[in-house]
Amino acid sequence: MAINWFKYSAPTTFYGLAGKMIPWFAIPAALLFALGLYIGFVVAPVDAQQGEFYRIIFIHVPASILSMFLYMIMAGYAALGLIFNTRLSSMMATAMAPTGALFAFISLWTGALWGKPMWGAWWVWDARLTSELILLFLYLGFIALHASIDDPRRADRAAALLAIVGSVNVPIIYFSVKWWNTLHQGSTIKFTGTSMHVAMQQAMFTMLAACWLYAIAITLTRVRSIILERERHTKWINELPEVKQ
Amino acid sequence: MNFDIWMRENPLTYVWLGSYAVALLIFVIEIAMVVHKRKITLQQVRLMQDAGEEE
Repeated sequence: MAINWFKYSAPTTFYGLAGKMIPWFAIPAALLFALGLYIGFVVAPVDAQQGEFYRIIFIHVPASILSMFLYMIMAGYAALGLIFNTRLSSMMATAMAPTGALFAFISLWTGALWGKPMWGAWWVWDARLTSELILLFLYLGFIALHASIDDPRRADRAAALLAIVGSVNVPIIYFSVKWWNTLHQGSTIKFTGTSMHVAMQQAMFTMLAACWLYAIAITLTRVRSIILERERHTKWINELPEVKQ
Repeated sequence: MNFDIWMRENPLTYVWLGSYAVALLIFVIEIAMVVHKRKITLQQVRLMQDAGEEE
């Protein structure tokens, strides 16, 4: 059976699909958050060097990973919208930006909370921290630029350029701990293995999965509102059951 | 100085309130904003539809 992969690339068909998918991401996200917190705070042992303070990593690491991945996906969607003029791609990029910005903020905030007891400072102008702060500004710039242009299609194109140019910052964040002599530690989990306790790994990966599912659910919910707003003059929007109520 | 002492005497409270409570609050606010935005957008679309029918 041939599958038409482009069927759901139109807002008309994607709107309904997104609505059906939201609970499948939102409910597991809530359950995994609860499970991750349980493992992180009850099962995982106290760290020999950092004491209880290390438990911040269960939210800090997933938030940092999500902030970088969401930016790359957002830039990818924005590029698709710019090159192929696909409406849904630009809508997806717009829907992802606020969630990405919030994850970047959580990453910086929780990093500062960890830095105070470990380094004795809330903030240092370290390469990793500074490049993550630039990522937050790039997200905010994308949102502000998009909001400042009235015509949504022109706003999509302008913001897409910023997203594409800004994507150069993501590898800089990732490799900053290797390229420069930073105060921020290097990766604990590598492809070659890790020295982390198994319960700590379980807590971190559970929280990472929860953050991914949350980000997908909230993006799908937001993109439905964007579709409604932009397609409000079309016939199919007026025929939706939620509009007819 | 007092904060440093409190932080080291109550590490779990510091971790919970400082990072997890803040992160959860951010998620709750984001969810509330997205739900509110959907309600407002639906209202606008319905109003436009009603205005169109009256014409």
